[in-house]
Amino acid sequence: MQHVSPVREPLVTGGKTYHDVTQDVCRQVEAAPNVRWMAALAVALFFLGVFFYSVYRTLWYGIGEWGLNKTVGWAWDITNFVWWVGIGHAGTLISAVLLLFRQKWRTSINRAAEAMTIFAVICAAMFPVLHMGRPWLAYWVFPLQNTFGSLWVNFNSPLLWDVFAISTYFTVSLVFWYTGLVPDFATIRDRAKGPIAKVAYSLLSMGWKGSAKHWSRYETVSLILAGVSTPLVLSVHTIVSMDFATSVVPGWHTTIFPPYFVAGAIFSGFAMVLTLMLITRVVFKLEDYITLEHIALMNKIMMVTGSIVGVAYITEFFIAWYSQVEFEQYAFINRATGPYWWAYWSMMTCNVITPQLVWIRRVRYSIPLTFVLSIIVNIGMWFERFVIIVTSLHRDYLPSSWVMFSPSIIDIGIYVGTLGLFFTLFLLFAKFFPVINMAEVKSVMKYTVDNGPTYTGHDPHHKTPQPATHGVPASAPVNYDKHD
Amino acid sequence: MTKRFALGIFEDEDVLLHAVENVREAGVKIYEVFTPFPIHGMDDALGIERSRLPIAAFFYGVIGLSFALWLQIYTLGFDWPMIIGGKPHIALPAFIPVAFELTVFFCCHGMVITFYTISKLYPRWKTPVLDVRSTDDKFVVAIELNEKTDLNHLTQLLRANGATEVNEKEMTKF
Repeated sequence: MQHVSPVREPLVTGGKTYHDVTQDVCRQVEAAPNVRWMAALAVALFFLGVFFYSVYRTLWYGIGEWGLNKTVGWAWDITNFVWWVGIGHAGTLISAVLLLFRQKWRTSINRAAEAMTIFAVICAAMFPVLHMGRPWLAYWVFPLQNTFGSLWVNFNSPLLWDVFAISTYFTVSLVFWYTGLVPDFATIRDRAKGPIAKVAYSLLSMGWKGSAKHWSRYETVSLILAGVSTPLVLSVHTIVSMDFATSVVPGWHTTIFPPYFVAGAIFSGFAMVLTLMLITRVVFKLEDYITLEHIALMNKIMMVTGSIVGVAYITEFFIAWYSQVEFEQYAFINRATGPYWWAYWSMMTCNVITPQLVWIRRVRYSIPLTFVLSIIVNIGMWFERFVIIVTSLHRDYLPSSWVMFSPSIIDIGIYVGTLGLFFTLFLLFAKFFPVINMAEVKSVMKYTVDNGPTYTGHDPHHKTPQPATHGVPASAPVNYDKHD
Repeated sequence: MTKRFALGIFEDEDVLLHAVENVREAGVKIYEVFTPFPIHGMDDALGIERSRLPIAAFFYGVIGLSFALWLQIYTLGFDWPMIIGGKPHIALPAFIPVAFELTVFFCCHGMVITFYTISKLYPRWKTPVLDVRSTDDKFVVAIELNEKTDLNHLTQLLRANGATEVNEKEMTKF
C-alpha cells in the first residue's frame, strides 16, 4: 500500500517490481549485442577513424593543416572545445544540482547523463591539447618546474585556470559516476553466468555487497560530492568564459560572459541529453523509466536556460550601445550584418526562437518534435561559440589584417571525428554498463510507482507494524527471553 | 575461518526496517543487513553512527586550499617572480580560480579514497555474497550463529517479523 501523489505523475510507469527494474536494465548488458547496436558502432568507429586520420595529419604536418590564419588564431578548435565542455554540464547538473534539490525524477537519467559528461569532456580536451602543436609536451601546463629555465606556469592566465578547472571537473565527474556505478556492477556480477562476466564485474564492483553500513557511507559520499560538484560545474564554464572575458578583444571583453556561458552550457547539455535519451529509451526499451514526463521536464529546463541565453544576446547588444565604445559597437553590428551574418542569424533562430516553442504543451510532450528541437539547439549552440570566437577576431583593430576564416578539411575531420569518439564511447557504455541507476530508481519507486512493487500487505506509516505472516501466524508465541 | 549465518529474507523495505528494530530489541545481534538500495531510517534502526566522512572531506578541502595558495604564492611570488601585465607578483584575485579548483579536487578525491579504504572496497577476482538476490530485489538480514544459538527461535522471530524465508548459510573467509 504505497503512497501515490494525486498531483504528480509516477516516476516509473508500468507497475514495475524491483526485480523488473533489474531485469529491464540488465537485459542489454547480458544479451548478445544486437544488429542495430553493431551498425551504430560501425558508423561511430568509422568517424573515429576520421578522427585518428585528422589527428595524424595535424601531428605530422602541424596545425598549418587547419584553416587558422594570422588574424583568426582561434576558430573551430576552440569553438568545438567550448561546445563539448558545455554539453558535459548537463550531466553534472542532473546528478548534482537536481540531487540537492531532491528532484527524484533525475534517478533514471543521471547515469547516462553523467556518462555523457565524461565523454564530452574527453572530446573537449582533444582540442586545446592538439592546438598546442606539440601535444607530447602537454604536461608543461602543469606546475612542474621545468628543467630548461626554472620557470613556472603563469597562474594569472585564464588558460591555466582552464587546465585546473577541466582536470578537476573530469576527475571528479569520473569518481562520482564510478561510485554510483559500483552497486549496479554488483547486481550484474551476482546475475552473471559466464566466467568472464563474473570476473569482470567482480573487479568493477570493488567487492560491493550492499551492506547497510556501506549504503550509509555511500549516501554521505553522494551528498557531499553533489554539494561540491554544484559550484564546480558552475566554475568550469565560468572559467571557460574567462578565456574570452579577461581579454581586451571587443565582443569578448564583457562581464556578462560567466552566467551567460553557464546558462548556454546547461541549455546545450540538456539538448544533448534529450537527443541521447530519446534514442536510448527506444533502443533499449526503457520507455517505462524515461517517461514522457522526464522529457517534458528536461524540455522545461531547456526552455528556461534557453531564455536566459536569449536575454544575454539582447543584453550584449544593449551594453555595446550603452557603453558608447565604438569598437564594441562595431563588433556587434559586424556580427549581425557583417560577412558572418548567416552564422549570427542561425544562432539567433536556433537558440532564441526554438526553446520558446516548448511553452506549447503539445511540443513538450512530443517525442519527434523534441528530438528535432534538441538537434536544432545543439546546432545553434555550436554557432553561438563560432560567432563569439570568429566574428570577434576576424576584423580586429587594423583593417589591413581583416580576413575571413574557412575551415580546412582537417578541421572538419577532427570535429566530426570527436563526434565519432563520443558515440563510440557512449555505445560501449550503453552496452556494457547499466544505463539506468538501478539502485537509485528502486529507492524512489515505492512512493511513486503507479502500481507499487511486490509487497502490499503493510502500511509503512503505521507505527506498530503488522508484519506479514508467511507460514507463522502473527500471534504465534515467540519466546524472546530464551534467546541468547 | 568458517562462519555460519541465519539469513532472514524480506521482500519489503518497511517490513525490514521494523523487523530490524524488533530483532534488535529482542536482544539478537545483527551481523549485517544487505539491501539492493539505501533505505532511509536503516542507520537508526541498526544503530549505525553518523559517518564522519563530511568532516574528513572538509579537512581535505582545507588541505587543498592551503596547498593551492602556497603553490601559487611560492612559485609566482618567491621562487621566480615575474612581472605579468604590470600586476603584483602575488595577485590574490587571480589565484582564486585555481585555489577553488584544487580545494574541490582534494576534497572529492580525498573523501572518495577514504570511503573506499575504510569500507574495504577494492577490486576482487571473486566476490562471495550471502544471497545473490540481495543486490536484486530481496533484503537480507544476516545473523551470525554460534553453538548456543537457538535456530528455531531465531527463525520464528524473523518470520513473525515478516521474513518470507529464513535460510542458513556457511561462509568461509567472509
